[in-house]
Amino acid sequence: MATLHPKLSEERSQTVVSSTKSVKLKIKRSNPNVNSEERFDDYVVPIEKWTTVLDALLDVKSHLDHSVGIRYSCRQASCGSCGMKINGKPALACFTKISELDSDTVTVEPMDNFPVVRDLVVGFERMINNHKKVMPYVIRDDSEIDPESGMREFLQSPENVEKYIQFSSCIKCGLCNSACPTMAMDTSFVGPQALAQAYRYIADDRDKGKNKRLKVIDESHGIWRCHFAGSCSQVCPKGVDPAMGIQLLRGYLLGIRD
Amino acid sequence: MMVLRESIIMKIHYGTAIGALSLTVVHILMRLTQDFHESLAYENVIANYESVGYALLLELLLILISVHGFNGLRVILLEMNQGPTYEKAVTIGCLAAMAGLIAYGSRTIIMTSMGMV
Repeated sequence: MATLHPKLSEERSQTVVSSTKSVKLKIKRSNPNVNSEERFDDYVVPIEKWTTVLDALLDVKSHLDHSVGIRYSCRQASCGSCGMKINGKPALACFTKISELDSDTVTVEPMDNFPVVRDLVVGFERMINNHKKVMPYVIRDDSEIDPESGMREFLQSPENVEKYIQFSSCIKCGLCNSACPTMAMDTSFVGPQALAQAYRYIADDRDKGKNKRLKVIDESHGIWRCHFAGSCSQVCPKGVDPAMGIQLLRGYLLGIRD
Repeated sequence: MMVLRESIIMKIHYGTAIGALSLTVVHILMRLTQDFHESLAYENVIANYESVGYALLLELLLILISVHGFNGLRVILLEMNQGPTYEKAVTIGCLAAMAGLIAYGSRTIIMTSMGMV
């Protein structure tokens, strides 16, 4: 049987001993590969003021129930792996402090508008496929590799960078797609994540693929199905504003932007 | 199935909305040319239809509202369900209903303006 590293086990026991508060964590459990049953399991976990929802979930996995299914990696809101619904709102578990939720019970569920793999883990196939569809890379005929001088740079002015820089912060966590009301209704909708990325590359003056991308999003389940609810922008943990990106993209399609 | 690109359809959608709104304002303002109740009296309504300008306004209003309304209905139905057969049926159904409504409304406008009612 594997033993914990002495320092790690010391840290864990310290956390439990020093904590004076606890919270009830209600975790939605399901495994569609086995049956259609869905239930909430309750766990009481000790918390500190810095405890995040991910910390609490890992506490449950370490001490109470190893079988809870979660996906996580960086623990610092960089990888976008731990998206889930926390007290009804899509959020990153590693970026949500329990003390800030102001609630004795924290309910965690898998994100809406994604197929559940198990418990809190969802499948990202639809989002990644839509992301690929908008060609999220700079399209040009020439290359940064110059046969004569080696490498060269495609320079940009700070003003041009400003046009799209916030959209580059997307970590593909899927929270925007989870919050989108159109995604819930229209299974073919391209989604705010992909649309924001389409804008990011179209607005990039190094890119020459504008017409190709506009053609992809200008179809019956494309950009025009957005109702501008704005929930995508509200839940983004990186400050990206997909709703604005979508409106700016519409400007290109309506001919009011070049 | 779609012959027109969605952006063209949406330009038509926005254009018909602005057009219909503008003409509806004119249509309502026409009620102010006389007492409101009087303007809606049978003889006065028939007289409106018999005026070529007003009949044209009504015909244009009918077309704009039908195009806008049935495209809106198509969009709602496309969001409610997906699939190639369903989407084809919705598009054809909405186009047919739009043409039917415009034809029936035009018949009413033409017959009334020609004094056949």
